[in-house]
Amino acid sequence: MAAIKIPANNRNIANEIVDRPKNKILFRVAKFNPRVDTHTKYVDYDIEYDHWNTVLDALLTIKHNLDPSLALRYSCRQAACGSCGMIINGKPALACFTKINELGSDLVKIEPMSNFPILRDLAVDFTQMFDAHKKLKPYIIRSDSEISSSDETKEFIQDPSSVEKYIQFANCIKCGLCNSACPTMATDSLFFGPQALTQAYRYLTDSRDQGKNTRLKIIDDRHGIWRCHFAGSCSKVCPKGVDPAMGIQFLRGYLLGFRD
Amino acid sequence: MIRESTIMKIHYATALGSVALVVIHILFRFTQNFHDSLKFENVLINYSLLPYSILLELILILISIHGFNGLRIILLELNQGKNYETLVTYSCLASMIALITYGSRTILMASMGMI
Amino acid sequence: MNKHQNNRAGIRAWLNPWRYGIERFAYWLMRITGIGLLIYFIIHIYETSSILEGKEIWNKMLDLTQTTEGHIILILVIGMATFHTINGIRIMLGHGGIGIGNASRPDYPYIPKSQNMKNKLCIYASVGLAALAMLYGAEVMFGE
Repeated sequence: MAAIKIPANNRNIANEIVDRPKNKILFRVAKFNPRVDTHTKYVDYDIEYDHWNTVLDALLTIKHNLDPSLALRYSCRQAACGSCGMIINGKPALACFTKINELGSDLVKIEPMSNFPILRDLAVDFTQMFDAHKKLKPYIIRSDSEISSSDETKEFIQDPSSVEKYIQFANCIKCGLCNSACPTMATDSLFFGPQALTQAYRYLTDSRDQGKNTRLKIIDDRHGIWRCHFAGSCSKVCPKGVDPAMGIQFLRGYLLGFRD
Repeated sequence: MIRESTIMKIHYATALGSVALVVIHILFRFTQNFHDSLKFENVLINYSLLPYSILLELILILISIHGFNGLRIILLELNQGKNYETLVTYSCLASMIALITYGSRTILMASMGMI
Repeated sequence: MNKHQNNRAGIRAWLNPWRYGIERFAYWLMRITGIGLLIYFIIHIYETSSILEGKEIWNKMLDLTQTTEGHIILILVIGMATFHTINGIRIMLGHGGIGIGNASRPDYPYIPKSQNMKNKLCIYASVGLAALAMLYGAEVMFGE
């Protein structure tokens, strides 16, 4: 059997990491139960953390050891599912993608994502965002299909350069951080929001798609694409590099005649 | 009902148009000493020049459209609801027309020497 | 659903320009200057209409507006107009998809290309030129 020999100095580093004293930090978490409360109250928790811990780790520590009633949504713990979006020290971010020691603060204030109705504590309702997303037809629209009436099937071939046009926007994990940062979403309850508009562009620019005019008609609305003012906050907070502001401006370029 | 894209194209066009014309309007203040250019007689001479009056009228129309549409956009984003949005749209339109009418009266009467 | 549960950030999200970088500051300043310029424009139409009332009323209006306070307001208007114009052109180009980069496979740390240096420099230039225009305006109004 092969044995792996760990060099002596490496073992020391490992021991050092394990033995390192834990840091202490104050978590101030927003708690609001719509059935009982009229306003949000903030509850403080003193917790210990290791330098590799994320905000999600800390919240789960609170939930498991200090306050089991704390409501939050999470799943993958690796910025892939888009479940754990929240306001961390005033900015929308994924809790699993934010390391505590990178915040550079002795106090971590956690609030539910703004511009989303609160279900309870940090869990918010995504219904409006998903409705807007669906409204803009987030799928390939074609008159034909890969499966024909005959036995033969066909492929819709794309070259790599065609994929490059939309792959950035296909990275969206629907976490809602962009909608939370958007200044228009802050007051306009009917605005489609950066998430949905970007996805409209993602499908519109797909070489297999034929739904350009359908989508352009939908977004050319009083609360549609024109309510975006290119403040760029959506792109600032996007954890996947989607850059919604870019997608939205490209999409608007079609309506302004800069693209065809 | 005008499509929002048409309204916004007008918004951009009026912006560009007014920038070009306002530059000329400001340059007129520099044809002489700034304070002298505001003297009653000198302003009347300005108004008596037909191209300048047309310039003022165009600026009045372009900025009124751009400004009140900008206000409409801000107010539409501030609150929603069918009645509110109708009220905002028509109020901005009425204010725009009122301002253009009021300003045109000044330009027309001053340029015709009806003082 | 009550307003609190609804959880919209509300108008305070418009009024705070400091949270999301210079682009959000430009958004905030664009709104403020737009409203300011519209108010000035309405007042300007009213003040110039006094020419129809004759020389005496016109001069009275000049006495009211051509004061130190009046000049300061006019200098602010010059600054607002300059910023609103230059930043407005940047936004118009951006709205057409010009000067905001090209889409590509994103790489960590995901710096948004739409917020590139060209756009940032343009915002700084709008503020800088607005300041210069205000200085020139001050020189013209107070320097004579």
